[in-house]
Amino acid sequence: MYTQGLDQKDKPAGARQRAEAPEQAEAFQARVDAEEKIEAKDWMPEAYRRTLIRQISQHAHSEIIGMQPEGNWLTRAPTLKRKAILLAKIQDEAGHGLYLYSAAETLGVSRDQMVAELLSGKAKYSSIFNYPALTWADIGAIGWLVDGAAIMNQIPLCRCSYGPYSRAMIRICKEESFHQRQGFDILVALCNGTDKQKAMAQDALNRWWWPSLMMFGPSDKESKHSAQSMAWKIKRFSNDELRQKFIDVTVPQAEFLGLDMPDDELEFDESTGHYRHGEIDWQEFLDVLAGNGPCNRQRMAKRRKAHDDGAWVREAAYAYAEKHAAKDAA
Amino acid sequence: MSEKEWPLYEVFIRSKSGLSHRHAGSIHAADDQMALDAARDTYTRRNEGVSIWVVRSSQIVASDPAETAAFFEPAEDKIYRHPTFYDMPDGVENL
Ligand SMILES: [Fe+2]
Ligand SMILES: [Fe+2]
Repeated sequence: MYTQGLDQKDKPAGARQRAEAPEQAEAFQARVDAEEKIEAKDWMPEAYRRTLIRQISQHAHSEIIGMQPEGNWLTRAPTLKRKAILLAKIQDEAGHGLYLYSAAETLGVSRDQMVAELLSGKAKYSSIFNYPALTWADIGAIGWLVDGAAIMNQIPLCRCSYGPYSRAMIRICKEESFHQRQGFDILVALCNGTDKQKAMAQDALNRWWWPSLMMFGPSDKESKHSAQSMAWKIKRFSNDELRQKFIDVTVPQAEFLGLDMPDDELEFDESTGHYRHGEIDWQEFLDVLAGNGPCNRQRMAKRRKAHDDGAWVREAAYAYAEKHAAKDAA
Repeated sequence: MSEKEWPLYEVFIRSKSGLSHRHAGSIHAADDQMALDAARDTYTRRNEGVSIWVVRSSQIVASDPAETAAFFEPAEDKIYRHPTFYDMPDGVENL
């Protein structure tokens, strides 16, 4: 989803790792196997900790960057009602970022460190947010498809073995279904509107469908960290399994809207009960991840500018707090 | 980054009167008032609370997970604290 296995560059268990007694690792795995939750201060393998820091922080960064494509439409929402809804939705995404940063911090990484890694480009965020929201229909498509794909991925994460991550995901999942519904609601309105409005909805679906499928990450054949994440019960289903579930529930929704999926090979397979789909353009996925999607530079530039523009506020708040602390102490 | 990081606060929320405050998560804030405001905006956007406590994370004293077994050991062998320990004679009621 927001953590689509952007982890290719991770080094193997490295130098800084302390020697881990095999009994400790075994006892840890036994706890995980028994579906016990691991809490922040519990012993855990260094690789488990690092995997979680990477995954949770990427997830947090995605929530934060993910506000941009939609934020772009706040001042151009067609009605005051739609504007208020979109504002609330985007505010939720900021909240998701905050829940996740604080979950990652329990693993011993600081907020500033994570933010610095996002701003320097070292940390990744989901490829999906490097696509532009060109029309109002895109706001519908994002809620329906992007939040829809996120939900598909996030529901199993509610059962993740790491307690703070699991609790953050439970909170997030409660809020996501509003996101998906408001998106679908936008598309229902457009599809019941004029031919032009319906064409706009179709165009948005055409552009967002494939990138949404890429949100689940590389195919199982290519996905490197899956087996270990499964054993640790960080992940519960493979990328392809989740992608398939998403396709199976989404195709009938498109039919309801009277829209065509932009995939000529999409076909219901009676024998499996699943939809078969065409080949995903993995080169496009890799290009976007490598920084060459339509909006990568713009997204990063905007985030850096927002961070820099806010520096004086952070400093002023700190100075104010120190002044009052000194006064209270006097 | 030369900036100093705002301190971390733990957030506890009472979801409705009659219930205890429960840990909701954490937030960073420059001071206590900002911590309360940020906790409200972050954790109660859907009326999840009627009362919020925030406390600096550094002020929390916690038991050590590595010592869990030893720390809670005194309660382990006192099964007589549970009513099921006692066999009541047949015929005795309301006990
Ligand atoms: Fe979100
Ligand atoms: Fe969302």
